[in-house]
Amino acid sequence: MSATEQELNAFRQQVSAWLADNKPADPGFLLPQSFMEVGTEQQLEFLREWQYRVWNAGYLGMAWPKEYGGGGVEPVFQSIVDQEMRRHAVPICFNVIGLGWAGPLINHIGSEEEKARYLKGILTGEDIWCQGFSEPDHGSDLGNAQTRAVRDGDEYIVNGTKIWTTMGNFAKYMILLARTNPNAERKYDGLSFFLSPMQVPGIDARPIRKITGEYGFTETFFTDARIPADCLMGAEGQGWKIAMQTLQYERGAEAGAAGGLAFVRVLINDMIEELRDMTRDGEPLLRDPVVRDQLVQLIMEEKANALCEKRGAIQALGTDYPFSLQLSHKLRFSEYGRRMRQFAVGLQGAAGGLYVGDAQARQGGFWQRAYFNNFSTTIGGGTSQVQANIIAEHVLGLPK
Amino acid sequence: MTVINNTSLAFDEDQAMILDVARDFCRERSPIGAVRAQLDAPLGYDQALWQEMVGLGWPGLALPESVGGSGLGIRHAVGIAEAMGRALLGTPLISTTLAAQLVARATAEERVDAFLADVAAGVPATVALLENPDWGSDQCQCLFDESGVLQGAKHFVPDAQAAGWFVVVTRHRELPALALVRADQLPAGAIVPHTLIDETKRAATVDFSGVQLTPDAIIAGEQVTVALCDFYLLGALLTAAEATGSAGACLDTTVEYLKTRKQFGKLIGSYQALKHPCVDILMAIDSARSFVYHAATLLEDGSLGRDAEIACRMAKAQAGDALLQAGDRAVQFHGGMGFTYECDAQLYIRRAQWSSQQFGDALHHRKRLAALLLDTAA
Repeated sequence: MSATEQELNAFRQQVSAWLADNKPADPGFLLPQSFMEVGTEQQLEFLREWQYRVWNAGYLGMAWPKEYGGGGVEPVFQSIVDQEMRRHAVPICFNVIGLGWAGPLINHIGSEEEKARYLKGILTGEDIWCQGFSEPDHGSDLGNAQTRAVRDGDEYIVNGTKIWTTMGNFAKYMILLARTNPNAERKYDGLSFFLSPMQVPGIDARPIRKITGEYGFTETFFTDARIPADCLMGAEGQGWKIAMQTLQYERGAEAGAAGGLAFVRVLINDMIEELRDMTRDGEPLLRDPVVRDQLVQLIMEEKANALCEKRGAIQALGTDYPFSLQLSHKLRFSEYGRRMRQFAVGLQGAAGGLYVGDAQARQGGFWQRAYFNNFSTTIGGGTSQVQANIIAEHVLGLPK
Repeated sequence: MTVINNTSLAFDEDQAMILDVARDFCRERSPIGAVRAQLDAPLGYDQALWQEMVGLGWPGLALPESVGGSGLGIRHAVGIAEAMGRALLGTPLISTTLAAQLVARATAEERVDAFLADVAAGVPATVALLENPDWGSDQCQCLFDESGVLQGAKHFVPDAQAAGWFVVVTRHRELPALALVRADQLPAGAIVPHTLIDETKRAATVDFSGVQLTPDAIIAGEQVTVALCDFYLLGALLTAAEATGSAGACLDTTVEYLKTRKQFGKLIGSYQALKHPCVDILMAIDSARSFVYHAATLLEDGSLGRDAEIACRMAKAQAGDALLQAGDRAVQFHGGMGFTYECDAQLYIRRAQWSSQQFGDALHHRKRLAALLLDTAA
């Protein structure tokens, strides 16, 4: 039975009150704006503690089954929580690869045993998950992944290198795409999917320093690493199919995520308020006609993205280009984010040349850092250019 | 107050049904051959087809049942405009709908019922507004004297050739006023057709000099000013809806060509230099469509509020630019063929130039959006 509007409103008030009471105080160090920016133990512990509190209050994984730590209620409740979390500007729920990608995957296609073993730890934040898809030589061309997994008794021996492993140095588990059959006729059919432990000998996750100067990703080396054979998800050769399903969750094209904020949404309104006191030619910045027109275009883009997200749920308005709104979601939001943040840096006059660490940098260099970090969204999970190919081929039907 | 404070988007069953019917009707009755057949025709549309549209109740869709209308809201006309745009179907429907909205919003007096009833019965009507090409100008020299005789001309009057009624924007006691003029009141030669860039459309200069108004034909008072503001915004929105439909059809035409044309041994649609701009256009259209139906969600029978104004202006700015982009690339991506009159790309690029100017171009609306969004949010 569906919840009534009255129930939902009451629930929203309850969530809002809880968030107001429990929103953590400013820790005094820079908090990650997304799960891809967790660079220090200090940040990690802070976010782990927060996620646990959210789950413990019953506000995470609300639509996941009760027996695996979820709430067993309709997804609409979690949506309300997420909206309220955004409104209250609370920290992110950092275990995103578990909450948003691996979790829904296990929930939808995993065995009972896998669900029992993994889901609860994802929600509590105890078990951090990372993803081993991209390789140094195979980023966008994921189907060509070369990391090898060779069956040896009740183990697989893994050799190869993964890269852009978010929180690889903190993770307990990895969703791993590896090649079990190098001789398969189609390269895709040689791939298998593993729910692999990270803390085994032969796995070495080395932090990568990003353009921001900070950390958040690792390059992950497998050298004769032995993982239990029961880590294999599905059957050998199904890896590509399962990986594609995972990417659907990652790109927001399919529902099932546990909820919680994966990133702090940087809104144009924040930028406008932040820059309101700036001047240009000695006049208030917001009186400058060129700046005004640019800002209006950005506001329109942000609003269009929000409206397109809504329209995607209205069937009668989605018949022209089926899945267009779903498949373009990532491209829209990530590219908009990049342009908007770059513009915000550009508006700062000479201060736009300052960076995190300079006492005079506006908001501690927030926009500079946010602009750089945004590339993780236009590159990660399939670059914008690959996204454009996907939309061209799957929505418009253009040839490969 | 935030710069984005309203993202309502709803679409009711009536809207869905009307959109469905309109799309089927326009697709069947206005294939591209039929569109081309009207390009040289004086009125630019098939009168039998217009009568079918009247039969569907479209001119009176948003008029009260008391004058023969359907009693639905103006938001229900949005899907029809989009469907017509998709099929490049002209006809005076949009002009007529807007003229009726302007009058109905300007006064509730019974003396305009005859006009509204005519509209609902399918007599085309249009608003004679502009005296110069500037949509932001409030120049108004088309005035009537103490004995009710009009002097002055209006330019860019849409569908003037077909109109049975003109709603002339004039002034009375320093305030905007409207004058209802029947086509048969015009002296011979008063209508001088423009040659339009979009050959599916019609417009003319209309000289109203010498027309004798009866007191009943003059609508004055402060409500006229409010109604005119609504009229501008509804005009922008219906044009946006129409442009969104045209942009979709234009993109489809381009994509179809890219799927069939081979060069260097490959379908040209496989080249990313052509693929990616098509995706950009698709996303621009998706945005336009979202703005259009967001704006439709916010329309009321009463005067439009701030959020509705923002929505209508965004819809027009977005849809106009999306169609310009789609039309421009349609010509380019058809290669040499695209440069010919025979290629349908010309129909869309011409429509794009026309649409983008109606009720103000994107710059016009963004300038007003800047004031609405950046000056009041403090």
